[in-house]
This record gives sequence, C-alpha cells and structure tokens, in this order.
Amino acid sequence: MDATSHSFKRNVHARLGDEALQANLRRFGGGFADRRRDAVGRVDDFEALRDRASEIRAEVLTHLDHWLLAFEAEATRRGTAVHWAETGAEANQILLGIARAAGVQRVIKSKSMVSEESGLNAVLGAAGIEVTETDLGEYILQLADEPPSHIIAPAIHKSRDEVSALFAEHHGTPLTRDIPALCEEARQHLRPRFLQADMGVSGGNFLIAETGSVAIVTNEGNGRMVTTLPRVHVAITGIEKVLPTLDDLSAILRVLPRSATGQDITNYVSVLTGTRDAGADDGPEQNHVILVDNGRSRLLGGALHDALRCIRCGACMNHCPVYQNIGGHAYGWVYPGPIGAILTPAFLGLEKALDLPQASTLCAACEVVCPVRIPLPELMRTLREQEMEQGLRPWHERLSIRLWRWLALHPALYAVATRWGIRVLRWLAGKDGQVHRLPGLDGWTEGRDMPAPQGSTFRDQWRTQLAAREAQGKARAAATPVAMAAAGAARSKAP
Amino acid sequence: MRIGFFVTCLVDAVRPRIGFASIQLLEAAGCTVEVPAAQTCCGQPGFNSGDRASGTRLAQVFLEQFESFDAVVAPSGSCVAMIRDYPGLFADQPALAERLQRLVSRTHELLDFLTHHAPQPLPAGALPLRATYHDSCSGLRNLGIKHQPRQLLATCDGVDLCEMRDAEICCGFGGSFSVKLGEIATRMADNKCNHALATQPDAILGGDLGCLLNIEGRLRRRGDQRTQVLHVAEVLAAGQLAASGELPAPGQFVGMPVTTKD
Repeated sequence: MDATSHSFKRNVHARLGDEALQANLRRFGGGFADRRRDAVGRVDDFEALRDRASEIRAEVLTHLDHWLLAFEAEATRRGTAVHWAETGAEANQILLGIARAAGVQRVIKSKSMVSEESGLNAVLGAAGIEVTETDLGEYILQLADEPPSHIIAPAIHKSRDEVSALFAEHHGTPLTRDIPALCEEARQHLRPRFLQADMGVSGGNFLIAETGSVAIVTNEGNGRMVTTLPRVHVAITGIEKVLPTLDDLSAILRVLPRSATGQDITNYVSVLTGTRDAGADDGPEQNHVILVDNGRSRLLGGALHDALRCIRCGACMNHCPVYQNIGGHAYGWVYPGPIGAILTPAFLGLEKALDLPQASTLCAACEVVCPVRIPLPELMRTLREQEMEQGLRPWHERLSIRLWRWLALHPALYAVATRWGIRVLRWLAGKDGQVHRLPGLDGWTEGRDMPAPQGSTFRDQWRTQLAAREAQGKARAAATPVAMAAAGAARSKAP
Repeated sequence: MRIGFFVTCLVDAVRPRIGFASIQLLEAAGCTVEVPAAQTCCGQPGFNSGDRASGTRLAQVFLEQFESFDAVVAPSGSCVAMIRDYPGLFADQPALAERLQRLVSRTHELLDFLTHHAPQPLPAGALPLRATYHDSCSGLRNLGIKHQPRQLLATCDGVDLCEMRDAEICCGFGGSFSVKLGEIATRMADNKCNHALATQPDAILGGDLGCLLNIEGRLRRRGDQRTQVLHVAEVLAAGQLAASGELPAPGQFVGMPVTTKD
C-alpha cells in the first residue's frame, strides 16, 4: 500500500476540514470505548486477564524462532503448506504462484491487514485474477477504492448515506437508509462470488504451534466461507502472530473481543487445521499459510520489541483522542492510531513517518486499555529519541531544545531567561491579557490565545515576601501570602 | 514537616498566584515550606521531545536541590510524573537510582499530598463557585489523581462541582504537541471547552497549568471572556481566606472580574 505518512500534517489539515468525515467520527465517537468499559465491567478481574495475555505474548516473542518452527512442523504434518516471505512483495509473489499453479481465476478474501501491507489486491488484479473482499467494511471500501481507516472497523469513516450511494452506483439499486437492507444487498452480491471462487484468502489472527492451526476471529461469517468453500485456502499473516497452545489462544480470546468491540466473544472463532479430511463435505483441498516478516524481525530484541505483542484489537485507536479527531486515513498507512504511530515508522522507516511518533499528547489513554500492556507512550517517546539522535528533526527544533536544556542546567541564567520571557510575553499581550500572535509559536496561536504572565516570576515575588515576613518578625503575618500576591498583582500591570 | 516546594516552570513564569496559593495551603496543612532558589525544570519538555539528556541531567539538579527535605510538593501532576520516572533513567547507576528512588517516592503532586500525606487536614473553606474539573492525563493515569481534587473541593462550602462529559479525555496540551500539531491540539481543546461549558460553570478547574493555559487560550480565542480557568489550589486558597473573612470578594482574589451570571 502506498504510504502518505510522510505528509501527516497535510493529511490532518484535510481531515479536520472534512465536514462529512468529522460528522461520521462524531457520530460513532466513543462507541467502542463505552462498549469495552461495559464488557470489562462484566468480568471479575480483567486486569489479571491482561497480565496473563501480556505474559503469553511476551514469552512467545522471547523464543519466536522456536515457536514458529514448531508451528511449521505441526502445520506441515497436518497437510498445510507453510511459506516464508521476507517482504510484502515476496508474499504477493508466493500467493500469485499458488494461484497460478492451481489455475485460480477468482479469489474471495476475508479481512487481512497484512495483505494491505503488501498491496495484494492490486498485484492479483494486475495478474488478471478477480478479487472480491467479503468483509462488509472491506467490500464497501473495495467499491469506494479506499484503504481501511481502522483495523477492525475498516469503513468506520463512512456514513450509511455514503454506503447507500456507493451501492446504488455499483449495484444499480435505489438509495436506501435501511441498514439491514444494505447488508442484504451486499449479501446478494457476494453470495455467487463465494460459490464461484477457486481460492479463499484470509488473514490469521493467531497461529497455534501446538496444532499447526490458523485461528480466525470474526463477526460476519464470511471468514468461514472464505476458508472452507473454495478448493484452495491461503492464510497470510505476520510472523509475530504465533501462540504456543490452544490454552494460550483461549487466554488471549478473553481479552481480544472485550478490548476490541466490547463483546464477551465474537460471533465466530475458527480454528483451521490442515486440508479437507477424506470423505468430508467441506474444507479446502489445499491449505497454505504465508508467514510474512516485512520488517517485524528487525524489531525483535530492540527498543520497539514490545510493539510485536500487539493482537490488533484496535483499543488504542478507539481510546486515542488524536485518532478520534482525525480518523485513520490521516496516519497514511495500514495501521492508524497509537500502534500505527509506532508500526508505520518501524516498518517503513522513521524518515517516512516523522510526524507519527509526535502525533500524541502521551496522554496514555491507549496504554491503560491495551490488553497486552504495550507501553505505547514510552515507545512513541523512544521513536522521538531516535528522530533526535538521527538528526531527523528540523535544525531549529534541535537547537532550541539544546539551548533550553543548557539554560535549565544553569538555574541563575534560567531565572534571567524566564524574566525576559515574561517581559516579552507581557509586551506582546493585548489589553485582554492574552497574546494573540506569537512568532515562532504559530502552532499555538493559530487556534488559541496565550494567557500572558501575571507579573514577575513566582520566585522573585517569593523572595520579596520572605523579606517582608522576616521584617514583620512573625511566622504567619496578618497579610497572608495569597493576599499579598493579590496586592502585588494589582499594583503591577493587570494582565 | 519540612517541604521543598517545586514551583514548576509554568507556575513560576505565567501564574505565580498558583504558587502562593499552594504554599498557603501547605502551611494551613501544618507544613513548613521552603522554596530552593536554584531549582529549575523537571526536564519534561526536552525529554518528551526525544532529548534523553534533559531527563538525566535535570534529574541530578533536582536531587541536589531537594534531597534534604522531608517531602517535595509540586502543583502539577505532569511534572511529578516526570520526576517519578527519574530512577528508571539510571539503570546503569544503581546507587544513584536508589537515591533518586528514595527522593521521588516522597515527591508528591499538591492535591494528592494535601489529601493523603499532609500532617493535618485543611480547615474547611467557603467560596460560592459553580465549577467543573478536567482530569489532566499525567495526574490521572500516572499518579492516580481522581478523587483528591474532588474530595478537597468538597471541603470548600459553596463550591458546586458539576462533572463534565469526557472529563478524563485529554485537552490536547501535550507539551510540544500543542505547538507541533497545533491544529489537532486546538480541536481537542475545543471539544474540552464544549463539554466543560455544557455544565455552565463559573470556572473550569484543573491541576496542571499546561492544560489550563490550553483550555483558557481556546476559550478566549472563541470570545469567552467570562469563564475563569483556575488551578484547584487557587480555589481552595481563596476558600480558606473567604472562610476566615480575610477577603471581601473572592473574585478579586483570583485576579479576574467577579463572576456574574446573566
């Protein structure tokens, strides 16, 4: 997928000014966050479940090579072909090779974020293979020719009217505002595609080493059909998705749907193992898993290692006030929100996503809900350090931080600088006590005033007051500190 | 109890009144307060911008200035959260990390200190004020400051605290974020102002001046000259004074026009 993460600020400007998008973002607002809170409230000790899930994911990553090889051995033993792809492009070529060898002409897909990374649909399309997305949100986006804006609710940025207009245009049907009718319409259009397809491509939420299975967590049932109806099934997923045992899967499933959609469990949990059994009515004749690295192994053991724990629930973006105001497309690549602000620079290169680690107030709303306890704000701060160390921040920003630090390390000079800063701000302030324009800090004053300082610094005033207290020779003077400060402020130019 | 008062850069420069209010409250709670003259910044602006040295070097200045006190108090959750992170920056110097750990574990945010660690509770105050409180992120999520301001404000007779929607959602300040990505910060501040104003308050309260400046800056730009934006310490201190009859009109004390509702 082509990235626009390098032009984040431009993306943001466009999204904040897009009234239709803003209305859609407001309409859903904290919907997922509210549902998560309710779901967590129905569990005795959700924090303990988060601990367990975090431990499992951390342990897997410590011995990732072992668990991947264990998965490969067991999957192979059960008839699944396991392929390894170093890059997204390689994954696409492997999949294309499987399709050609099997004479595939029509592919149906259930949701896969890794295939968004690799840009699979375009590659299949160019090879003359017809691809149909069957997740409702992804289907809508395929018609609209847009990327997902959320990892579990890809079309969350679209209103029902926009969907209705899209369907009318592509299906030749009348406009309707009735959501069940829209779903039925999609169902009618997808049904023949399910039945005609020769290959199903799915993602894989988890790989189970113990059984060599791919686990898929869905709500729409399309995943079941994609993985069992066509004669060839290919799961494409990241190498970090492995779990040792089915028990581990069960522990993770206690936190995943609750964190994601606020469901106790999703409508479907599929554990797919091997090919169709002899004499069985369904299941694929060929089953493949493509394990995609695409930058992941670079993170192992490094400063961003913990980001690989991610189980793609979306809770971080559902709770991120930045995401909630700009939507997912502004982030400019596959993964938006706080986890995207880490994965995008990690996978694509820091220089291609300089603003993303900065796109957070470090408010930690993401960190307190992450089911696998990824220290998201800390990882964003780490990336900011890397930007600084690699000289990727603008020169004036680097210079001003160094100058500021040098001053802060010299208290007397820092006090003098503060005094001068106050004077400048008070001189710039209007009669209303507000600075309306602050050269060099336009980022602030374009949308907000800057309340001007009240007078001299606290410490200067405190020194005067201490002297006064001593002069009066009383521990608590009749005039209390605050009253004196008020009197002092009244004497000086009132801000 | 001998307290070292860490005033914080923003309070020192922009709103000294919060510093005086804090000291008044600390003294009322039975503390002896000193203000080390050579204190500077906690380092957060540089540290969160990716300059690790800002954290490590200023941690040592902080240690020098405050190690001798029984406790350290600052009127900002954000600065205290930064200070609490100091020991973790010295994994390779265990002795220094341990000294810092001893110091930072007795370093407290003002409202938390007054609620849980002060020698005596604050005397009751009195101030007629309809207010709403914004939970600043660092205080809330790093230090667990939620009930403290509410509990303290409840001791101030006449303060009518109305909870706003989404009180725990960030106001958009975020230090350098508010300048680097000012457009998002402004939108977030706008949301905060909308939710706060929906409670029809005389004053929007908080415990971190950065957030307060962000909210006030947006309010004033929107043309609201009426709604006050105050640190909880200012309200509590005014309430104490008003209760003891030392100030005729609370509005004058906070340095802004007396609030009138029309």
